[in-house]
Amino acid sequence: MGTFQETRVYLKQELDIVSARHAGRLLARQIGFNLVDETRITTAISELARNIVLYAKEGTVYIRTVYTNEQKGIEILVSDDGPGIENVELALRDGFSTSRGLGAGLPGTRRLMDEFEIKSTVGVGTQVLVRKWLRSI
Amino acid sequence: MNTPIMEIDNILVVPVQSSLSDAAALKMQKDLASIISKRSIQGIVIDLTDVDLVDSFIARVLVDIGGMTRLMGAITVATGIQPAVAITLVEMGLTVEGVLTALDLQQGINKLRLLKKEG
Repeated sequence: MGTFQETRVYLKQELDIVSARHAGRLLARQIGFNLVDETRITTAISELARNIVLYAKEGTVYIRTVYTNEQKGIEILVSDDGPGIENVELALRDGFSTSRGLGAGLPGTRRLMDEFEIKSTVGVGTQVLVRKWLRSI
Repeated sequence: MNTPIMEIDNILVVPVQSSLSDAAALKMQKDLASIISKRSIQGIVIDLTDVDLVDSFIARVLVDIGGMTRLMGAITVATGIQPAVAITLVEMGLTVEGVLTALDLQQGINKLRLLKKEG
């Protein structure tokens, strides 16, 4: 898989979430996603970025174009050195939340994207990787 | 960052600007609560025509505003939700309960007046 064009947004303050959204929307548009997919992608970024600001206090979001031989898409990696998620399975279950975010953060994000991977170690940090591919139709 | 809140005949009209930060959303909620408590407001119409993104945080703020107005005997109507936003909310499983909706601002105001007249 090839990657091109990467944007990085450092996340520490609440307003950085807005920056991450803008960066994501711009790249999604450049790649050629339609408006609904653009909105899905930007919303997913907003959820993931907020998790960092709320739980990990600081982290980075990487937004990139990705290619395979057949497809072109967007890849977002959200990484932090925060407290880590003790029970990832629980966090991925619908309705679970320890904060005011309605519990939609991770499971909701997973539904919006085509690929979703999460790695988290307590005391070390968390990485969430999501991808969405341009539809051929 | 300040979301304007207009008052038209005991109805608060809030034209929300495109990308609400969390702080701006919370401020809007606080300002609305403050105004409702001081005046006899029938309801709030929150116009989301210019809003291109509603995530779980913003959705929660809308639900909270809806709950707050209901407890104070008023009604909240959200208008102008963009199709892409609606689709995304549904896919995320966010139903935004307790908030009525209407297609646009005028219909929102009409709906509110009708409900208030009947109730």
